[in-house]
Amino acid sequence: MTEPTGNAPAVGGMAPGAAAGGGVPTDAIAVTTQAGAPAVNADAEQVGDEAVVKSVAASRGALAMEAVGLNKVFKLGRGATLQAVRNVSFNLYKGAVIALVGESGSGKSTVAKLLAGQERPTSGQVIVDGKPIDVHSTRSFREYKSQVQYVFQDPFSSLNPVHTVGYDLTRPVRLHQPGVKDVGAAVTALLEQVRLTPAAQFVVKYPHELSGGQRQRVSFARALAAQPTVLLADEPVSMLDVSIRLEMLNLLDDLRTRLSLALLYITHDIASARYFADEVLVMYGGQIVERGPAEDVTQSPAHPYTQLLIASAPDPDNLGSSLKAGNVVVGPGGAIAGKAGNVGPAAVGCPFSNRCPLADDKCRRENPALQLLTPVRAAACWHLDVAASPVASGSM
Amino acid sequence: MAPILEIDDLSVAYRSDGGDVHAVEHVNLTLNAGEVVGLCGESGSGKSTLAYGATRLLRPPALVTSGSVRYRGRRITQGGDPADILTMNHRELARIRWREVAIVFQSAMNALNPVLRVQDQILDAITAHLKLPRREAREKAANLLDLVGIPRARLRAFPHELSGGMRQRVMIAMALASDPEVVIMDEPTTALDVVVQRDILAQIVELKETLGFSVLFITHDLSLLLELADRIAVMYAGRLLETGNSAAIMREPAHPYTRGLLHSFPSLHGPRRELIGIPGTPPDLRDVKPGCPFIPRCSYTIPACAEVDMSLNPVVVPGPGSGLPAPVGGSHLTACPIVTPEEVSKEGVLS
Repeated sequence: MTEPTGNAPAVGGMAPGAAAGGGVPTDAIAVTTQAGAPAVNADAEQVGDEAVVKSVAASRGALAMEAVGLNKVFKLGRGATLQAVRNVSFNLYKGAVIALVGESGSGKSTVAKLLAGQERPTSGQVIVDGKPIDVHSTRSFREYKSQVQYVFQDPFSSLNPVHTVGYDLTRPVRLHQPGVKDVGAAVTALLEQVRLTPAAQFVVKYPHELSGGQRQRVSFARALAAQPTVLLADEPVSMLDVSIRLEMLNLLDDLRTRLSLALLYITHDIASARYFADEVLVMYGGQIVERGPAEDVTQSPAHPYTQLLIASAPDPDNLGSSLKAGNVVVGPGGAIAGKAGNVGPAAVGCPFSNRCPLADDKCRRENPALQLLTPVRAAACWHLDVAASPVASGSM
Repeated sequence: MAPILEIDDLSVAYRSDGGDVHAVEHVNLTLNAGEVVGLCGESGSGKSTLAYGATRLLRPPALVTSGSVRYRGRRITQGGDPADILTMNHRELARIRWREVAIVFQSAMNALNPVLRVQDQILDAITAHLKLPRREAREKAANLLDLVGIPRARLRAFPHELSGGMRQRVMIAMALASDPEVVIMDEPTTALDVVVQRDILAQIVELKETLGFSVLFITHDLSLLLELADRIAVMYAGRLLETGNSAAIMREPAHPYTRGLLHSFPSLHGPRRELIGIPGTPPDLRDVKPGCPFIPRCSYTIPACAEVDMSLNPVVVPGPGSGLPAPVGGSHLTACPIVTPEEVSKEGVLS
């Protein structure tokens, strides 16, 4: 145990949230006050061997990127720390979509920032083409940047309002494709790739002249201008209207197939992950609590958190639903998942233990490691026999 | 059920140099006592303008160009004639606003004052609309937080010290401060993640049951409304395209736009289907052609669509044996001129 007990943070806690420097208080994940202690060694807290999960996405194409044992601890000042990412490992494959699903503050965006090199991991490595990324060397980092591109959530603030679409796309083309003579043609090709046609009409436009969907297409085009192998899409559609979300997802799907992109799709909408992704990783409290083929995870969730997430998603088939009848979500195994209430992830033990209907003393003490359910699926829970068993018998 | 708020033929335009933007055009919508009515549409469809226009919260250049909004609250009308919100004077209006019709504004991040404690903001809402001694007002503020499930100790918190879900709950508490009969909720859960969203929706339903107010729930997420609302109105380019109870909208969507919306969100159940969404973008409201505004994005268009007057007409009830529940007498209305029951049963029913 590296962390003191009895220090579970309340979301919206006063000092840590405020000290995070404008950080949203819900980001408080595992706030501990361990002045002078060395960086948290997550492995020490995880019990048992981390299972080696074979990714279903591997069949799609070659390995593009590896995240190995990533940890990220933010220092909040006054000795307080916040472990935003805990022992996260997964691979991205060319032509495959991996979805990272979780609520706000689960650490999914921090994982993306670690992969993008925007943040440096406290421990662990990000490996591309067999080489760990090196943020110290400007040249190799630029090379890295041209391979790994990031699409932001908010198309309204991620484009500079004083620059035209043409300017936004010309710059990355010049920077990342120095051999290209006809930059204009390259920009046109990019716009056509994201179906902003006629391209000539869009080159001269400013962001305020575009709709949300069109702006996000420009963001995609800007990312593609670097000819990346990996695209990190952080909630790329959640700011868009429902009626155009699907078009954007279909566009992303098309791009990854045609350009053989390795795509990390970060979302809180598990239904879209089911629609779109090959493999789903469910994050809670900074760690992966369940992973496996998208269909398996969404149709027979094994971890109580995944079950809560799926039960909470709006379900149009569920007319006269639990909402109208009161908020009792009955999970498999008869478990009644608790309300989100105002509790954040537990600092000690299983992060979900303070919300989990199955939690017992062991859950509150020890953090379970991922255990294999099948060669391609794993979940981190001490009570998988109870939580997952009715699923196995197909009662859902 | 008795109607409590009747919006009749409401039109709102935004005056601009490039011509009027017709944000709301001849909309009729009734909210009955104790009912949750969902108003669904994409950004720019005029759904918020409709709600703010009906409560006279819009400022120039927005202008209400036609219509009436009749309110029949128990406290105001006492069984007599309804009060017309659009024609009443400012004193009468001040009695209606918040006291009778309260609003939970979009984006609790911005709607709360960042430099005032939660307590002061709730007290503001209470003292502005109820005559209560200071001590009672404080007690009421604490009770309101209890009601929405926030510990009383949080009264002294500033908005930035609360999570997004808690801020939204504070907004709901403020809306309930004066025991209103109608609560308008403008995208109250859009910025929240699904587990918190579900908690808050369940809380809204529970409060509605205990306190007995009616809800006009505005959102772009039709899947949410199907679960939450009793009746749903689908809005597009300033007009209502379809209204009906949730089951009718879900099982027999009559308008192609509604059908498109229903095919726009991936489902967690059933087979994994290829979904298409709705191609194209909404029209520019400065230059709306006569007839149905959905024509450019519609795959069923016939010449008559360009001349349809966009009034809502009853959807023909499918015959017995179709396996569908018959909609409640004529409550399922659509502006689409070409939908016949056969088409509905062919295209609209989700397999």
